[in-house]
Amino acid sequence: MIEFLGSQNFIGIIYLVASALFILALKWMNRPATARRGIFAGETGMVLAIGGTLLQLGVDGKLQHLAIDYTWVFIALGIGTAVGIPLGLVQMTAVPQRTALSHAFGAFCVTLVGTAEFYLRTPNVRPFMMSVLCCEVILGGLTVTGSLMAAGKLQEVLPQRPITYKGQNVVNLGLLAVAIGIAGYLVHNPGATHLYPVMVGIALLFGVMLVIPIGGADMPTVISLLNSYAGLSAAAMGFVLGNKLLIVAGALDGSSGFILSVIMSKAMNRSFTNVVFGAFGQVAPAAAGAQEARPVKSASPEEAAGILAAASKVVIVPGYGMAVAQAQHKVRELYDSLTKRGIDVQFAIHPVAGRMPGHMNVLLAEADVPYDHLKEMDDINGDFPQTDVSLIIGANDVTNPAAKTDKSSPIYGMPVLDVERSHTVMVIKRSMNPGFAGIDNPLYYMDQTLMLFGDAKAFVSNIVKELSNSHG
Amino acid sequence: MGSSLIDGLFVFMLAGFIGFEVIKRISPLLHTPLMSITNALDAIAVVGAIVLVGRHESRLSFILGILAVIAATSNIVGGFLITDRMLKMFKSSRPAKP
Repeated sequence: MIEFLGSQNFIGIIYLVASALFILALKWMNRPATARRGIFAGETGMVLAIGGTLLQLGVDGKLQHLAIDYTWVFIALGIGTAVGIPLGLVQMTAVPQRTALSHAFGAFCVTLVGTAEFYLRTPNVRPFMMSVLCCEVILGGLTVTGSLMAAGKLQEVLPQRPITYKGQNVVNLGLLAVAIGIAGYLVHNPGATHLYPVMVGIALLFGVMLVIPIGGADMPTVISLLNSYAGLSAAAMGFVLGNKLLIVAGALDGSSGFILSVIMSKAMNRSFTNVVFGAFGQVAPAAAGAQEARPVKSASPEEAAGILAAASKVVIVPGYGMAVAQAQHKVRELYDSLTKRGIDVQFAIHPVAGRMPGHMNVLLAEADVPYDHLKEMDDINGDFPQTDVSLIIGANDVTNPAAKTDKSSPIYGMPVLDVERSHTVMVIKRSMNPGFAGIDNPLYYMDQTLMLFGDAKAFVSNIVKELSNSHG
Repeated sequence: MGSSLIDGLFVFMLAGFIGFEVIKRISPLLHTPLMSITNALDAIAVVGAIVLVGRHESRLSFILGILAVIAATSNIVGGFLITDRMLKMFKSSRPAKP
């Protein structure tokens, strides 16, 4: 029995079952009704795989070290759990930075194992194995620092503003080329151990340089891209260790990150290279040219409440500003109050609203807005002509009609929500300051648009108060 | 070595295609939990780190392995925990069918 438990076949079967469970986990993630079953499948696969590996360690391990190994592995599992629990309990508004941080942790694990493998195996490494190993640590290394930078920007411990300088792309591509060059040299001279730390160091530096020019609005794409890199580096680790479960998990994570990056960059009408090589930072200053002060119409909470109360269909467009102001719970109260009056209220969610894919959905779900009222851009855009009021809370570029009409606009071609087709548009905004993206929004000057100046949370809460007063 | 390498590439290719087809169908509503669960699943790298510790081949590999186990475990625990918390929040306005 013990021989079977320790055999390669046994662990192979365990890993096979775990792979199947991982695929099912993602399959069940496709809709909210089955998604929690997906978590259960993922957890089961994880427990099986770790349990099987621990058993195998007992059978395969060197007897004189066994007690020490087990002790340390369990201590490490314990510390990891102690670190993981608070990371699993963060506020929903902090999810983007938590996600970036966990990409860094995952890539850190992969880079460490790759480094250990390099020093254990050198100089007897076959060329293919060395190329995969170099792939693993270069991708892993740049993901570690890139994700830490992204997390720092999202947590606002680092400046969010994109930092650009002349020749940035040349420097970045140069760094990457040097790292790949060293990898190429190591493939042919696997004994050149002194070059290994240089390669890792350059990968780490490249990660920092890669994220420096990226601004807040591009974060959804960058987080997805880093997700993809973390997955690919794990798959490379699977090749190095000959572990098919790792290859499967890495491939799934890699393709998930890739698909999300494609969706995000399409939603901004930009190519990958365009996002990564920081075109936004360069375009923005040109757009922030002189603009005459055009008249806008503004309204008070009372007026806004009156217009909303008279409507029969309202669409709320949330953006990152709603998250910053922590206004989602007040928005839910507004939703309740309007729904009670028999008004049809829907939410229009642009794919890049917020700082990561699906960010707005999670915040509104947390505030107890039923998910069947959260509509994707393509599903709701046709409804705007029949909409009485579109209420925009903390969103800007995703509602900018210039993306459809003004070829000189930096966001020309980006798919946007057609809010200007609704009868009345109300925009909650702190001031007419265009924000750091610097793109003016012609929507604000249109006849049907009312500007509601103030803090999103306070303003929404005043509207709710007015509605409940007038109701009695 | 050669055949196991090709086996690995086969597995990678098939898993990549499956991932592509499965993930394409996931509602944008759940993209944030999707990212956190793939993060947790990706931390299966922990098994590689455990094996590395168990091989006990050098002091360096042992220490790196232990650190790697810590990093991956925190992703597993934190990733599943937060995905579960998020999914619990998604409620429909229509009464749920049992």
